[in-house]
Amino acid sequence: MTLLELQRRMEQDVRRPLTAELTMQPRTTEGESMDEIAAAYIRPNSELTSFERLEIYNRQYWFRVIGAVSEDYPALQALLGDERFDALVLAYLKQRPSTSWTLRDLSAHLPQFLEQHAEFASEQHRLAVDIARLEWAYVEAFDGAEIEPLASDELAKLGPESTLALQPHLRLLAVDYPVDEFVLAVKKPEEKAVTSGAAQLRQANVTTTLPAMAPEQRYLAVHRYDDVVYYRTLEESEFRLLKALQERKTIAEAVEIIAGEEQVATIQQTFALSSELGWFCHPTI
Amino acid sequence: MPANPFNGYTDYGVGIGLRVPHYDHILSRKPVVDWFEIISENYMVDGGRPLRILDQILDQYRVVQHGVSMYFGSAQAPNRDHLRRLKDLVRRTGTPWLSDHLCWGSVDGRYTHDLLPLPYTWEAVRTTAERIRQVQDFLEIPVAVENVSSYAEFHESQMTEWEFLNEVVHAADCGILLDVNNIYVSSRNHEFDPMEYVNSIPADRVAQIHIAGHSQFERYTLDTHDHPVLDPVWSLYARAIERCGPTATLLEWDDNIPTFDEVHAEALKANRFLQPSNVEEAVA
Repeated sequence: MTLLELQRRMEQDVRRPLTAELTMQPRTTEGESMDEIAAAYIRPNSELTSFERLEIYNRQYWFRVIGAVSEDYPALQALLGDERFDALVLAYLKQRPSTSWTLRDLSAHLPQFLEQHAEFASEQHRLAVDIARLEWAYVEAFDGAEIEPLASDELAKLGPESTLALQPHLRLLAVDYPVDEFVLAVKKPEEKAVTSGAAQLRQANVTTTLPAMAPEQRYLAVHRYDDVVYYRTLEESEFRLLKALQERKTIAEAVEIIAGEEQVATIQQTFALSSELGWFCHPTI
Repeated sequence: MPANPFNGYTDYGVGIGLRVPHYDHILSRKPVVDWFEIISENYMVDGGRPLRILDQILDQYRVVQHGVSMYFGSAQAPNRDHLRRLKDLVRRTGTPWLSDHLCWGSVDGRYTHDLLPLPYTWEAVRTTAERIRQVQDFLEIPVAVENVSSYAEFHESQMTEWEFLNEVVHAADCGILLDVNNIYVSSRNHEFDPMEYVNSIPADRVAQIHIAGHSQFERYTLDTHDHPVLDPVWSLYARAIERCGPTATLLEWDDNIPTFDEVHAEALKANRFLQPSNVEEAVA
């Protein structure tokens, strides 16, 4: 067995889903015995069989990747409950194993996966997708790039044909539920404290009542300010104007999108807010 | 031989891993710490708090980078985006050397995010040494490879783990990050004498030493980094220092992380062995 053959064999075995009891499957989906497969390339020792030694890696793989996804989606997990959430994550990771060197990217496609698989959230599907989109937007806003915003004299020089870039960490989301309230309710008691003496990291012992969610169209800006991620509710017209600018439309084209009675007020309000928060940048990125 | 080509001729003392729960304590209290080890991947991001904190730490402390996903032993070439980002971080931190593990973890573009053991074969020696050389040349700083804890061995192996390590570092002309806790954990799982391992490594290539805690189960031992360092590991450490001389030492504590002061106090126990006059007494 060459090095590459061994690594392909072991990778396949390590990523094979666990049983409901969190043990290694005794047989592959093709019916092959995992005892025989493991024994073919892994030595037993006086305590463990080849199967049991491979099983340690198989279990660690799944505990690690499910743990990583759970960290990114605490609100989605709270909505679905552990059982449905685990089923979702397992199906997601089976279809989309990690293709990045960093675990940070592991759950990037979960919102799209959930969008295409309503069965994991049944009647809460739309709400679940919105929560997932907001939680991933948080991850992107948390460590996305930040570039020098336009100074006031540069903003003053902008004309109708100018284009702008928005801060790379800014995410604009249109959602069908007020999911920012839901996510914040879940995140608040999740804050952890370092203990002394007992040397244990414990979840704060707080019970959370999750807010009831009724459909309500909401427009959100997820952005970072002084290293903290904020959710800001926007007016629909503000959202559409910013979205157009983010898509590199000229200021004239973007303004055209929101033509109407409120146009002037929206433009003033959006530019004031974006300038204050440093969202406008040179369109060279 | 504390300073050698494999740690950039530095003479670092006892460091601890930089971990998120300790950020506020470190930045507000500014404790005296010889150096911090960072997990490179945690700071290979585009912006935000991780990099802001890192820059504040760099203003006041010496930092050494330690990676978890280079996978020197993977049969296929390293990821270019990973290498580019790693080099950017090397420039930012000024790390005098960089370490990652003697293991594999990815194949055909899929990543397990685990430190999987290698078969100790001549093919693996050649492949791994070539990868290390490529990375070392690209990053332009010394690279040290760390022995991993493992729970499986392969029929294909043609030599012991320590013979494999020696062959790889010689062929790659790189340093060793000697993890004495990993040696102990693997010795329990693979039924070898850990002292023979420590006695067999080329002492002049040891750039750094890791110490950590582990968990002993009924039928195997797990590398958990969630306990103080246990006595058998201190014994291996004492022997390693006896062979290598006072060497940059780092305590890893990654789970159930206690207060900064508790972690630092545990790390500073290494000084019993690092002061040459104390070695004899500590070993006894």
